[in-house]
Order: sequence, then C-alpha cells, then structure tokens
Amino acid sequence: MRTWDPRIEEMPQDELKKLQYRLLKTLVYRLYSFSPFYHDRMRDEGVHPDDIKSLEDARKLPFMTKRDLRDNYPDRIFTASRDELVRYHVSSGTTGKPTVVGYTSHDLDLWTTSLARSLTACGLGRGDVIQVSYGYGLFTGGLGLHYGAERIGATVVPTSVGNTERQIELMQDLGVTAIACTPSYLIHIGEVAEKMGVSLRNDTDLRVGILGAEPWSAQMRDRIANQLGIRAYDIYGTSELSGPMFCECSEQQGIHIWGDIALTEIVDPDSGEPLESGEKGELVFTILQKEALPMIRYRTGDITSLEVATCACGRTHPRIGRIQGRVDDMLIIRGINVFPSQIEHALLTIPEVGQHFQIVVDRKGALDTLLVRVEVGRDAFSDKITDLMSIKETVAHRLKNTLNVNVGVELVEPGSLPRFEGKAKRVIDRRVL
Amino acid sequence: MEKKSEYVIKQISVFSENRPGRLAAIAEALRKEKINIFAFSIAEANGFGVVRALVNNPERAHETLTDMGFMVSFTDVIAVKMRDEPGGLYETARILGDAGVNIEYSYAYSGKDAAVLVLRVDQAEEAIERILAHGGELLSRSLFS
Repeated sequence: MRTWDPRIEEMPQDELKKLQYRLLKTLVYRLYSFSPFYHDRMRDEGVHPDDIKSLEDARKLPFMTKRDLRDNYPDRIFTASRDELVRYHVSSGTTGKPTVVGYTSHDLDLWTTSLARSLTACGLGRGDVIQVSYGYGLFTGGLGLHYGAERIGATVVPTSVGNTERQIELMQDLGVTAIACTPSYLIHIGEVAEKMGVSLRNDTDLRVGILGAEPWSAQMRDRIANQLGIRAYDIYGTSELSGPMFCECSEQQGIHIWGDIALTEIVDPDSGEPLESGEKGELVFTILQKEALPMIRYRTGDITSLEVATCACGRTHPRIGRIQGRVDDMLIIRGINVFPSQIEHALLTIPEVGQHFQIVVDRKGALDTLLVRVEVGRDAFSDKITDLMSIKETVAHRLKNTLNVNVGVELVEPGSLPRFEGKAKRVIDRRVL
Repeated sequence: MEKKSEYVIKQISVFSENRPGRLAAIAEALRKEKINIFAFSIAEANGFGVVRALVNNPERAHETLTDMGFMVSFTDVIAVKMRDEPGGLYETARILGDAGVNIEYSYAYSGKDAAVLVLRVDQAEEAIERILAHGGELLSRSLFS
C-alpha cells in the first residue's frame, strides 16, 4: 500500500485549509467555553473566538509553552475528566519538573492514525517486521510506534532500549525489516554488531530505519544509510503533541505534518512573529482534534522551516525540514549563538574523526570557552604526531569557520565518549553565571 | 647478502589520551598476555600521545589492545646495534646523514649485549643497505615475532 488514507492525504490544499479552519474554530470555541486556563489566556490577550474569521487569524491566539504544562502539573489544564482518560505519558523532566500528558481513547486513535499514515509513507506495511527500540513506558516513543506499527498490519518486536546484543540476535532470528529508534542508538547497534561479527547490511533483512527523538543531520543520514545499507527516515513528534507522529515519505523531502491533525506555523523565536514559508524559526503547533489536552499554538522550541508546496509523492500536506536544533539548546558563546547541531554537521564533513562528540563550555575569567572533544577515526590513526596534530587543526579550523567562534579541540580515544540510548546529552556547561 | 626486509621490524603504535592510568592500562594488557616489551617511548602532543613499543609478539599485542578498544597500528622501524661507548651513536647517525636518510623519530635501549637504537626513517631500505655496507649490525625481525 502506498498511501494509508488517500482521501485525506491527497486532499486538495484549499479543501484541507477549509477543514483546518472548521476544526480550529470548533476547538477555540470549545476551549473558550470549557477551559478556564485557556479562557483566561484569551481574555487577557483580548481575543474572542468570534475574532477567528480565517485560518490566518490563528496567529491572533496566545501561545502555549512547556511552562504552562509544568505550572499546571499534573493535570490542571486537561479538558477531559479523569474517567475519560485511558493513558498517561510523562516526560523525563531533565529540564525541570516533569510534564504529564493524558489521552482519551479518541486521542490515542488519532495518534495511531497519524503514525499509520506516516509509516505507510515510508513504505512499510503488512509483511514488515518492525523492531521498536524506543523506550517503552512513560516515554511516548515505544508505545506510540508500537500501536502505529500494529495498525498498518506489520509485526512488532517490542525490544525497547538496551541489551543491544540481544536486539541484534532478534533482528537476525525474526527477520526484522525495520527498526525505530534514535539515530545515535542505531549507530551504536551498528558498532556492537560489528564487534559481534554481524553485518547489518549482509546478515539481516533490515531495510528501513525510523529515526528521531533527537536532532540529526543529513550527513548522519547518509552515513547510516551507507554503513548499514538501509533507508533512514526522519520521524518527528513531542510528548505534548501525543508523541512521535509525523514522518518523511519515500521522497525524503521533509516531514509531512498531517493538516487535519495539526496546524503548523514557524515563528521568530524572539518576537513570536510568524515567518514566511522556507524561513528558519521556531516550530509552533496547534493540535486540532485532541480531547484531553488540546494544545493551541504550542511553542515546541524546535528550530526548522516549513514547506507548503505539494510533495512529489502526491501528498498535499505541509512539510517541515530537518530539525536544526532547539531554542533552549542554543549556547551563547561570547555573544554568538551556537547550536550543537552545527558542530555535528561540521564534524561529519571530516572523515578522520568519528561522529560522537562532546561539547564542554567553560568560563575563564570573563571569557566563555568552547571545547569540542571528538574521537579519532580508527582508519585515520597515524603513528606520526604531526598527522594527528593536523587532524586536530582541521577540526578546529572547520568549527571556527562554521561557528565564528574559536574552538578548542581535544582528540580522544575511539569509543571513549558516552553513547546515548535515549536523548543525547552532548553539552557540559561548566559556566558559573 | 641477506634480504633487506629481514631487518624491517614491526613496531606497535597506540593512541592514548594524556591522562593518568592510560599507560598502566596498556602495560597491564601486555602483561596479562605475557608479551615482553623490549623498548618503548611516549611521544606527546597537547592532550594526547602515541605510545610506541617493540614487543616480542606484535601481532598478539595489536589484537589484544584493539580488542580493549585501543587504536593501534603497525609502523615499520629498524633497530641498530650500537657500541655502548662514546661515539656509538655518532657512527650510526653519520652513516644515515651521509646517505641523506632522514630520521623521523628514534629511541634507544640498552640490550643484553649492546645498546640498540630504534629508528623510524623515511627510506628504510637505503638505511639498511648503508648500515650493513659500513659493517653495522641490525636486529632481525625474527626477534620480534
């Protein structure tokens, strides 16, 4: 099957916009009437549901942020009663108090439907064996992909994260054709397999990776694709939206955001002003049909751009580009904005070093310093100190050109930097402010 | 005349971060495998170093250290026997200098019956030929495998 629901996915754009407008209008009226939180928010902003007269008027509505969920922990802004909820997911809370997302059975169905469309767009379906190596539990990745994969008739191997050697054995024994996990975990699986003498390319049926939950670059995709012999698809979602929901199609020209599920905007992270199609800014979502925890103009903190033109695959829904970084991951080094993803991109252009890295930010006197620790590639190891020094200089030079900041570089032994099975934590900030 | 490649010896070179305990980790691994180290040196740069060693079983040393995650390579070197008395180093260095052979790096050890100079040179064959022609003595690779 090429398309899960052609009627929706290939709907003419003007019809899709009408549908979005209808859904938005209904949502805003419902929240204004039944959500004290959002009612007050709109009143403070001087907006009434009657002011929403077109889809573009969505920009009059006040934003929501992760902070709203934290401040109202655990469920004070839910718009469904407790007995209507069928599940909770809880975010890890690494950046503060955890946030709780509740789901009615309609919400779960919507999430699963979204993934059914997305996985079908990556060419998966009945007959595929999908290993779900995202964490199962409070994190949305494991269970989300699990039900999405079952919905399209694929067979699920629910391995969750960890016990990598066993994952590789199962991959061979059960004829796994696709794996869903973070890109860095897939690289780790590849490394472990190599040590076990298993070639994922030759000794398994693996052909597709559904990779996300952390920013990764196009170069990293090429590297994964070339090393493992698979097609690597980017998947996007956050727990506030439900979880992982949206994927690239086989054209791999951006991630399709199903318009009947979400209204997408890109705004300037500082001013909050909407940006034009193609411009890079903060991704903002309105989830149009959720019951338990509707989100209006939710600021994801993710940096990307929006493409509204119909895709070559025939799907009419808008697409977002690769996630370039996070508004809150952004490091300010001597007044210059630095995204860890820029460092990753730069390192991927240097074959002599590995793809794992660590960023150490410190302050010497009044001056911020940036140190990047990177592994020397085994093939690049030379007995000559001058060769190693020149690798180090190449890295420093490339980073300086990319970031416009002087960067210290430390070459470390291969395999010595931490590998991440969940979200990669690559920045160590030692600055005492 | 003996084959020149007879005198080309495999040195192991190991990349190491410059922090406490790394040399101990390398040495312990070799001890466990009962590999004897004849000579070794550490070349250091800012933050990292290269440990170079002549051992009695380079293949096994390479395998052991690689399995432990170390980055290891083989490098061809030659080992010259020197008279352990004033002028011993001069003789060898002069032969190579006259022949236009450049020394990239070198280290030495006092062996059981002579001092030994380990040399990484840019033209190994030329160096071997000249040293032998001047009546010098080179250690054979069979000692190190």
